[in-house]
Amino acid sequence: MDLNLDAPHSMGTTIIGVTYNGGVVLGADSRTSTGMYVANRASDKITQLTDNVYVCRSGSAADSQVVSDYVRYFLHQHTIQLGQPATVKVSANLIRMLAYNNKNMLQTGLIVGGWDKYEGGKIYGIPLGGTVVEQPFAIGGSGSSYLYGFFDQAWKENMTKEEAEQLVVKAVSLAIARDGASGGVVRTVIINSEGVTRNFYPGDKLQLWHEELEPQNSLLDILNAAGPEPMAI
Amino acid sequence: MTFTIPIDNGDALKNAETDSQRTLYPYVTGTSIVAIKYKDGVLMASDMGGSYGSTLRYKNIERVKAIGKHSLLGASGEISDFQEILRYLDELVLNDNMWDDGNSLGPKEVHNYLTRVMYNRRNKFNPLWNTLVLGGVKNGQSYLGMVSMIGVSFEDNHVATGFGNHLARPILRDEWHADLSFEDGVKLLEKCMRVLLYRDRSAINKLQIAKITEEGVTVSQPYSLKTFWEFQAFHNPTAGAQGSW
Repeated sequence: MDLNLDAPHSMGTTIIGVTYNGGVVLGADSRTSTGMYVANRASDKITQLTDNVYVCRSGSAADSQVVSDYVRYFLHQHTIQLGQPATVKVSANLIRMLAYNNKNMLQTGLIVGGWDKYEGGKIYGIPLGGTVVEQPFAIGGSGSSYLYGFFDQAWKENMTKEEAEQLVVKAVSLAIARDGASGGVVRTVIINSEGVTRNFYPGDKLQLWHEELEPQNSLLDILNAAGPEPMAI
Repeated sequence: MTFTIPIDNGDALKNAETDSQRTLYPYVTGTSIVAIKYKDGVLMASDMGGSYGSTLRYKNIERVKAIGKHSLLGASGEISDFQEILRYLDELVLNDNMWDDGNSLGPKEVHNYLTRVMYNRRNKFNPLWNTLVLGGVKNGQSYLGMVSMIGVSFEDNHVATGFGNHLARPILRDEWHADLSFEDGVKLLEKCMRVLLYRDRSAINKLQIAKITEEGVTVSQPYSLKTFWEFQAFHNPTAGAQGSW
């Protein structure tokens, strides 16, 4: 079995950004793979750009890291010159500038989300090619294929913060269940006028889906837990 | 098409304008635009879809935009390139306004500018992956033209891009005539858009129709068309030949 350990680090990934009544919730899985090997099972794909703007990264780990590093640097300077926090729109457009002008070399899809005093909570999707699309919610990464139908049905306008975060956690968890390139833990970042909250949902604390079983310490526990003949065929 | 000659043009980040790209393939694409001249000006229709390969990924993309006071630009093809073209035109219109000389760019001028941009990019093997439709009215004269990604440019009374070339143009050739009323024009465009909805896999049922007249530009709210499925033959297509389609 060829693990292809020389393959570029790629975040198969599931990334999500959702607006709610008062801010945004960003979510992502935590798997980074090199070919078939999971290089990092607890990556943090939600990266800070400024105090009030974060970005979800998917695709090539290297490309997405270097793009977000540059944009963080540009935004830092911009904030100093402007004298106030950068807006989400400016952050998104800086990412777009890099993504579009280097479209032949970059392989990264990004979701920018944040809160500013002018527009409130906003989500911008920046897929391959460098298109910018402002959306009430955005999904990306290989795992997102399994979520289009889910969001078509489950998304509603003006959710509360709790509803929005639950939706994001459920969605990432569903994608992890079916996408081999997504896995690990679910990380969320909530951004609103009050600030930023990071949350962590380990894989074994997520809801179980179809044909998934309750994790056990050992078969021995099952055998010893009484009940008739668990080893019987 | 494979263009694999690497060129080092300095820091791609700082020299955004001189960066040499070779666009090999589009990522997020818009499908057909259909447009016609009518009595008071030009009508242009497009759906609001942005496809990502075979996935209908974005369903709220506006592919028709007003340019200056006298023009309407519709685009099919790569959306990021369309967004870049809008930036170029923003600059063009800004400079035009800064002259403050009472004159303003008409559709003919905008069409010419776009033709030069598209053709020159084609010559550098770095096309903007779009087919553009430019319509407008200035001083009572209606104008409707098209530019493709290889720089082919022309004017006509009715134009269509993408699938529209094959499905809409025959309808327009048959049914277009000079001095269409607004209602007849809209009905004609909707006839074309409905066919595209039936037969173009990348079409979605959410469209906008834009109108430009001497008075200015209006873009309709997004809306959906009813479709017809009640043919007898549709109800039981394999009745006479089990296993067929």
